[in-house]
Amino acid sequence: MPPHRLEGRGPRPGPPVSPGDAASGSPPSADTDLRVTTNAGMDPGIGTDIETTTNAAPDAGTSVSTDTGANVGTGTAGKGGARGRQAARLSPLVALAAMGVLLASMLAGLLVGAADIAPTSVMLQLLDWLPFVSVDSGLAPIELGLLAELRLPRVLLAAIVGGLLAIAGAGYQGVFRNPLADPYLLGAAAGAGLTTTAAIVFIGGDVESIGIPAAAFTGAVGGVLLAYALGSAAGRGGGTATLVLAGVAVTSFLTAVQTFLQQLKVEELQRVYSWILGDVGGGWSQVTLVVPYAVVSVVVMLFHGRLLDVLSVGDDEAVTLGLNAARVRLVVLLAASLATAAAVAVSGLIGFVGIVVPHVVRRLAGSSYRIVLPVSLIGGAAFLVLADLIARTVLAPAELPIGVVTAFVGAPFFVAVLRVTRRAET
Amino acid sequence: MRPVRSALAGALFVALTLAGCSQSSSAPPPAVDSSAGFPVTVEAGNGPVVVPKRPERIVSLSPSATESLFAIGAGPQVLAADDQSDYPAEAPTSELSGFKPNMEAILNRKPDLVVVANDIDNVVAELGKVGVPVLLEPAVTTFDEAYDQITDLGAATGNSDGAAGLAGRMRKRLDEITAAAPKDAKLTYYHELDTTPYSVTSDTFLGQIYGLFGMTNIADEAPDPAGGYPKLSAEFVAQADPDLVFLADTKCCAQSRDTLAKRPGWSKLSAVKNDRVILLDDDIASRWGPRVIDLAEQIGDAVQKVAG
Repeated sequence: MPPHRLEGRGPRPGPPVSPGDAASGSPPSADTDLRVTTNAGMDPGIGTDIETTTNAAPDAGTSVSTDTGANVGTGTAGKGGARGRQAARLSPLVALAAMGVLLASMLAGLLVGAADIAPTSVMLQLLDWLPFVSVDSGLAPIELGLLAELRLPRVLLAAIVGGLLAIAGAGYQGVFRNPLADPYLLGAAAGAGLTTTAAIVFIGGDVESIGIPAAAFTGAVGGVLLAYALGSAAGRGGGTATLVLAGVAVTSFLTAVQTFLQQLKVEELQRVYSWILGDVGGGWSQVTLVVPYAVVSVVVMLFHGRLLDVLSVGDDEAVTLGLNAARVRLVVLLAASLATAAAVAVSGLIGFVGIVVPHVVRRLAGSSYRIVLPVSLIGGAAFLVLADLIARTVLAPAELPIGVVTAFVGAPFFVAVLRVTRRAET
Repeated sequence: MRPVRSALAGALFVALTLAGCSQSSSAPPPAVDSSAGFPVTVEAGNGPVVVPKRPERIVSLSPSATESLFAIGAGPQVLAADDQSDYPAEAPTSELSGFKPNMEAILNRKPDLVVVANDIDNVVAELGKVGVPVLLEPAVTTFDEAYDQITDLGAATGNSDGAAGLAGRMRKRLDEITAAAPKDAKLTYYHELDTTPYSVTSDTFLGQIYGLFGMTNIADEAPDPAGGYPKLSAEFVAQADPDLVFLADTKCCAQSRDTLAKRPGWSKLSAVKNDRVILLDDDIASRWGPRVIDLAEQIGDAVQKVAG
């Protein structure tokens, strides 16, 4: 009988980690039957049911079941087993519902705006833009230009940025196993703020179009790399706690330098402040800037949903299950930071999206990262499109900064979801 | 009984001393403004300020005040100006900051009069404690206030004649400009403060200058909570299609008709197509010194070109 093997370093084709895979065979070296059901320390009430079943030699006999709270593992070895209360896979229904919400909010964003354009004309114009459809919408050239060059890219940019921030937030929460993690934890916001302030103060002129996105992106990536370097240099044993502390230190330092730079040229204060408050009105140029980075980071993150589920069990257990925890964390962090940097480069420092949306998704759809990551992507997009809609209509024709709206809208919504789902659970 | 007696004696002593002190300082300062003589009392934003003698070491922390001081003939009396005072060219610009005043740096110059536009960090009270007269001349909301400030500066520096002359010339020029411009042109305009875009409503001083020419500000449609300097929606400006566009971000942000045309949705603005984009100097459009009449002249010329 092959001995019970404790997994060491290094990647290896891991044992199948989902009920569905259990039936489909596994590397012949798999020899433990692990049934792990845990409350993965997110916060009370959020349970992560992970079913990790490896094809076992029938009498390997190691059945580990760590239960807290109301999760009861039934201890049956083999495939399938107790499903738990929450699904571990993204059901098509949930995905469709999320997409539906996103499309509805994008449509609302296109129909309404500070300019007085009849919604029916907008609908007709949208139809006209579909290939093979030709409809006369009766819009004046200025209104057509407004729709095509201002509103459409604005709604798209809001969706992309919202999705990026939400999925990055979910990724950070998965890596740090901490419900308070948000995309700006490791100094992305502080770094971007510093380089943008430096660009405005030292270069000046018309930096808004290309200079600021490049500066902000570099700053965000630089901030995260600095935090990572500092955290790694602090020693291997620290793990994520050291990384968080390094992030706090880097954020404080970079923010201090930014404040100093702001004082150097006080007349540019308004410009810097405007950028910090966030704005998704950059137009098609910003959309094309962000899309490549968005695609890369989102694809990488979506592939790591399963691995994040395993990681949430705990470092030692994850290692036992054949996972190189450090490498998974690094890859997810890099992808999430890339997403954050891209979002921040084109839209400023919009807060609240990255921390609230993943939590809401967990409450509504389930806490497995295979669900949370894609649904946060879609949910975050819808959230920011709606927030931008409110920002540009509530004081029309004046606008509110979008960061103000996300905070105002996000907080009560989060409380409402908390109460509704808590009632459902008890 | 001895402690009580000594206490009473002490109280009597203190009372007499205080009475004596108040006696010597009870003579009121002459309240009549006098262009020939000092001391003079000037009514500034921080109340009545007594200037004991003709100041020869003036520190100006307000770019508008610097311009006014030089225009009324008090230039030779100005020792140092703040880092934003770049007009006129002979203004003694220094590293002093009007936004973050450093008390020691100001006092190091041993000023006998300080002019500020904002009371930041309690600078007015602090200077008062050290006995330096300080005039608070904040941003104005009407032309009359602007003329008043010039008159105050004249009285405080012993250049009342120069100040009266300047104010008179300004009034005359403004009357000429507003008379020459057609008032019934019914033009709409958009004034841009920066590229966000931030604009101004008619409630502000700037808005009032435009109002002299009978123009309608598209930013007036913004609701009151947005304030006097609302952040406008780009698509609203595109749809409102103002007849005239005034850019006040030409120096800071290099904006011009070309950059406007490149903004999404704004290339079809009639102001861009018909070359009705007026480039203003950022500083002239944000100060309330003598050059505010230059601003009015530029606006008047633009209105005449379009309407006349």
